[in-house]
Amino acid sequence: MESTIIKSRNFNASFGTNHVVKNVNIDIPRNKVVAVMGPSGCGKTTYLRCINRMHELIPGASSSGEMTINNENIYQMHPIFVRLKIGMVFQRPNPFPNLSIYDNVIAGYKLNGIKLPKPERDRVVEHSLTRVALWGEVKDSLNKKGSFLSGGQQQRLCIARAVAMEPEVLLFDEPTSALDPISTSTVEELFHELKANYTLIIVTHNMQQAARVSDKTAFFYLGELVEYDETKIMFTAPKDSRTQNYITGRFS
Amino acid sequence: MNTSVENGGITRSDRPLRVINSTPDAITKAKRRIRRSFRQIRTETVFRQTLMIIGLLMIVLVLGILLTLVVKSLPSIQALGLKYLWGKTWDPVQDIYGAAPFLLGTLISSFLALIISVPFSLAVAIFLGEYYPNGWLPDFLKNAVELIAAVPSVIYGFWALAVLVPIVRTFESKIGVAPLGQGIFASSLILAVMIIPYAASLGRSMIQLVPSQLKEAAYGLGATRWEVIRSVILPYTKSGLFAGVLLSLGRALGETMAVTMVIGNTSLMPHSIFGYGNTMASVIANEFTEADKPVYVSALIELGLVLFLVTVVINLIGKKIIDRFTND
Amino acid sequence: MEIKSVKYRIGKNYGFKALVIIFAFACVVPLLFILSYILEQGITKINWRFLVNVPRPVGETGGGIVNALMGTILIIICASLIAIPIGILAGIYLSENKKSRLAYWSRLCVDILQGVPSIVIGIVAYFWLVKPFGFSAISGSVALAIMMLPIIVRSTEETLKLLPASLKEAAFALGMPFHRVIFKVIVPVGISGILSGVMLSIARITGETAPLLFTAFGNPYLNFKIWKPMESLPHVIFTYATSPYDEWKDLAWGASLILLVWVLLLNIFTKLITRKWKVQL
Repeated sequence: MESTIIKSRNFNASFGTNHVVKNVNIDIPRNKVVAVMGPSGCGKTTYLRCINRMHELIPGASSSGEMTINNENIYQMHPIFVRLKIGMVFQRPNPFPNLSIYDNVIAGYKLNGIKLPKPERDRVVEHSLTRVALWGEVKDSLNKKGSFLSGGQQQRLCIARAVAMEPEVLLFDEPTSALDPISTSTVEELFHELKANYTLIIVTHNMQQAARVSDKTAFFYLGELVEYDETKIMFTAPKDSRTQNYITGRFS
Repeated sequence: MNTSVENGGITRSDRPLRVINSTPDAITKAKRRIRRSFRQIRTETVFRQTLMIIGLLMIVLVLGILLTLVVKSLPSIQALGLKYLWGKTWDPVQDIYGAAPFLLGTLISSFLALIISVPFSLAVAIFLGEYYPNGWLPDFLKNAVELIAAVPSVIYGFWALAVLVPIVRTFESKIGVAPLGQGIFASSLILAVMIIPYAASLGRSMIQLVPSQLKEAAYGLGATRWEVIRSVILPYTKSGLFAGVLLSLGRALGETMAVTMVIGNTSLMPHSIFGYGNTMASVIANEFTEADKPVYVSALIELGLVLFLVTVVINLIGKKIIDRFTND
Repeated sequence: MEIKSVKYRIGKNYGFKALVIIFAFACVVPLLFILSYILEQGITKINWRFLVNVPRPVGETGGGIVNALMGTILIIICASLIAIPIGILAGIYLSENKKSRLAYWSRLCVDILQGVPSIVIGIVAYFWLVKPFGFSAISGSVALAIMMLPIIVRSTEETLKLLPASLKEAAFALGMPFHRVIFKVIVPVGISGILSGVMLSIARITGETAPLLFTAFGNPYLNFKIWKPMESLPHVIFTYATSPYDEWKDLAWGASLILLVWVLLLNIFTKLITRKWKVQL
């Protein structure tokens, strides 16, 4: 299996006439954690949402260039297939409020009309919740609605929901920015365990988080991919002065 | 509020105003200013009291309406008792009064109108709330639907009488029922058109309230737009949409003019939706001015009382649901 | 993991969208039919005689509806004079008193009033004003005023509630008394919302017939005395439309066109001026 799973070549994205992602070329390696950092408005979230084609849901949004997964062009597949291979976890935990914890985890199957026999469903739920270290905490309340869970637990439920679909890639859009420090560190521990089975791309505005959890880091600035390298190198000896200025806090 | 001149200052007992005692000229000016302030304070109090009285007036108005209806229905309540409500015969000439034909006629025509109109209202709500909230075409649709609510009901009735009834008559002869044209079916059709805007506009507001992050979670899992509507938007707005339907129902129950021009106005129990019928509102409109006996008048008023209570309850339930939804 | 017939799901998606579009725009069809039919039938019946003559007895030509036209105008003016001040003040009261018990019940009663069927209001106005004093235009105006109140109160309250508190606070801080703050600061800023409520309520009652059936009652002669019965446009349409005489039905078509145009213009006018007068906050 090739070591690169997602490739972008000359990738651009816009909102109407507002060109927010400019000519990005990036290779995302398999089973690694890639952090995408940069100041507000630099295009990192927009780029992330282009990977699983959520960007085009916004009226007036457009993109161009090449984006492939396993050398298949993402923009020539139907979005449904893209999103089954590439799952997403959002900034604010968003479990479905009218569904129980059990049904939330299995929601992806229900939505796609995939009917699993009950033992299979139970297995998926237990497996996914175990993967996010939530099984022990909720196994006795699977039929309750998720509103009693803490923010961190809700976010892990959302990760479980994405993981249940067995995607190849998991996208995280500032996943801990709405969480308290303890929940944040629980989720960050997860990243390390999840990369054994999935490739993770995490957008974060928290530099320290990027340094803590990722293998490679990409720095976006004003829509351009300024620098992309091993995390260690990015934070100790960056090659671009803009990267240097960002990590030393000249602008954030 | 007392004024007193002491220690060189003029004070009001609840708020001290201090005036520096200098030239007589300044004192006069100060006195004038204070007098103006007192006048303003008095006006302010009067104004606040007026507001409160007007607020009270609303309550008095509703109580007055209720009281009038109850008092004027007493003669028939006393004379006929509760079995008036399920009495099947309405024959004022022989002094027999039974409300069942009108209760049934109202229920059948309103619910039939509701069943016909809800798919259309829902379609408008989903179209404007989810698919195309902005743009010139949705604006056109939005204005057109609002226009439906603006057209006076007597014009709907007249058009229905002139155009809809003949069409229904042809339809009825094709399906083998008596080609009367007028009747419950025709009145339900015109009612259905008239009540579309109510559920549509409320539904649209409710659908727009669905948080986008919930929709995104569903899209992110690979759902199509229809699947997002079915499994996220509709469950979320269930109670709001129901409130919209209730509002449409309330409107249908109270509609008088269009119904009375088209429904056939018979006092017999309705036996078929293609036959003549009558609703509470239309029988009141038709027979009130001709009612000569006190019990006759009172029986009609009692219908008005029932109509009042039912529509008020339905509207209040609908409003309560909306309030709970928008404050969640 | 097996994905069953994604094509089927995609097909269902487009199918649903098509269904929604068809049903949504189908609503406009009856409206267009009705508007064009009224236009077609009514336009030939309107001429100068139509507008200035009173109705002639059956069999004579040359009847008109001037009594209904004048009647409607008078009745609406009277209803507005009653409803607008009370409605705006009530709206101010409710927006200023969010927590008091009286305001809670008052607001509830306004909501109740909004749902009362128009025929019921007509009956009540009959017992209040017609039984003691006879059929009169003013009794019809009172009934219509009761129907206007909830709309005016609601829109005034909603408009004023949206204004930022800082506006009021600034005025109070300058030492303004309460009534000045309301009438010189708050109301002028919210005037577009208040005005739109007023115009909407007028548009609503212009077409109302049921409350006038037993109050203003109708009058074949031109009459400007509001304590006497008066004819109105919706009522004349109802009477003539349900009559068996063709000449009268013709009058009804002409009257319908006039009423329709009137109501439409009021609605369009409302939309235009509220957009123009909206104050940027």
